Amino acid sequence: MSQLSQKHLLGIKDINRKDIELIFETAANFKEVINRPIKKVPSLRDITIANVFFENSTRTKLSFELAEKRLSADVVNFSSSNSSVKKGETLLDTVNNILAMKVDMVVMRHSSPGAPHFLAKNIKANIVNAGDGTHEHPTQALLDSFSIYQKFGKLDGLKVAIIGDILHSRVALSNIFALQKMGAEVMVCGPITLLPKYIASLGIKVELDVRKALEWCDVANVLRIQLERQHIKYFPSLREYSLYYGINKKMLDSLDKEITIMHPGPINRGVELNSDVADSDHSIILEQVENGVAVRMAVLYLLAGIN
Amino acid sequence: MQKKLILDSNLLSITVNRLCQQLIENHGDFSQTAILGMQPRGIHLAEMIHQKLEETTNQKIDLGYLDTTFFRDDFRRRDSPVAANATKVPFIIEGRKVILIDDVLYTGRTVRAAMDAMIAFGRPSKVELLTLVNRKYSRQLPIEADYIGIDVNTLDTQKVLVELEALGSKKNKIWLINKDTQ
Repeated sequence: MSQLSQKHLLGIKDINRKDIELIFETAANFKEVINRPIKKVPSLRDITIANVFFENSTRTKLSFELAEKRLSADVVNFSSSNSSVKKGETLLDTVNNILAMKVDMVVMRHSSPGAPHFLAKNIKANIVNAGDGTHEHPTQALLDSFSIYQKFGKLDGLKVAIIGDILHSRVALSNIFALQKMGAEVMVCGPITLLPKYIASLGIKVELDVRKALEWCDVANVLRIQLERQHIKYFPSLREYSLYYGINKKMLDSLDKEITIMHPGPINRGVELNSDVADSDHSIILEQVENGVAVRMAVLYLLAGIN
Repeated sequence: MQKKLILDSNLLSITVNRLCQQLIENHGDFSQTAILGMQPRGIHLAEMIHQKLEETTNQKIDLGYLDTTFFRDDFRRRDSPVAANATKVPFIIEGRKVILIDDVLYTGRTVRAAMDAMIAFGRPSKVELLTLVNRKYSRQLPIEADYIGIDVNTLDTQKVLVELEALGSKKNKIWLINKDTQ
């Protein structure tokens, strides 16, 4: 018997290595389930989950919804673009209204860091953070590290470089926490303007030269340039970014070792990653998507199991 | 801790032999039969029986492992969830006979969950249940075993402890334990 130490999944920072291992074990079993002819189990049939998305999402929302449906949960979707939020309702009121309709779990994405923590303090349901601003995106980090774990059989001692727009990335922060808790070494790499000022204080390596980062690492997790969060210019042009930080096949071939390429999506092809890399044998990008459903099933199942 | 030995190593091997003979009587060459051991503790017994059957019949017989965790009816009704185990059923059971194997049959709820879990791999023509230890008078569902190693009368305060070499014990031994005196 085993259960998570937390009632909510707000961030990787709040959970421990045992929790992550339990999620991995459970996710491996769910991965087998979603590869069966009948991909559904009845575990959450008496549970209703609300997907509350105050910020746009295609992949994460779809992945959560599939995970919920394959666990037989009832699902309601809410997105802020067509809701009363536009009419001036507060976050707490919106969610309390949804809960009044007897919802057991809330999966939430919000543009403000800490929004899910605020909810967790104020309402009874289990909260799963599906991304809060530039803070954390725990399920993405779990599926990224689960994908590495499945490929290498371990995380201890592996070298992982996170390359790209670290400043605006919640994926980067959650990944750093998850990888460190599982014993991997972490490096971040990007233009100096896109690296947070005190990032090295997390106990990670910082590198400005993408080639050196690739030479160092076993796995490169390449992040998207988040133009939608950039209100000032952090680099002269996308073309220049791609020239200095874009990863192409020629570059990978010139290394004296094989490295694994990951990307949380959506990819800007030709900017941070060339098509000849994204579609190559080095890339486990589509495995990440498959693992995403299994990991989210594991998280929802384990949170629902806590009495 | 008060323990009573109900099957020792010798008796267990005689019992497993008898169960295998009964299975051969009913399943012939096993070409239309698949064996599913129930996780976590039924798989070792299933492996023992599978090995013996293959030796005796000289046939390859399908063996799979079935985990019932996600199909249990007590999820969220117990203090903490049961840890899941691997399911490995690398064949389709559509139209075939399935022998479910578990070490102990108690309330019958795990078997119900197993039947639910099994359906994901096809619709078997017939399902049979084999159990090593049948705890009588404790069923909560209308489920009985087709092949029984040993019948025992037990109280709710008692527990059956299965020690197998495959699980790291020195010798195969099956015990009845009084939970109160633990």
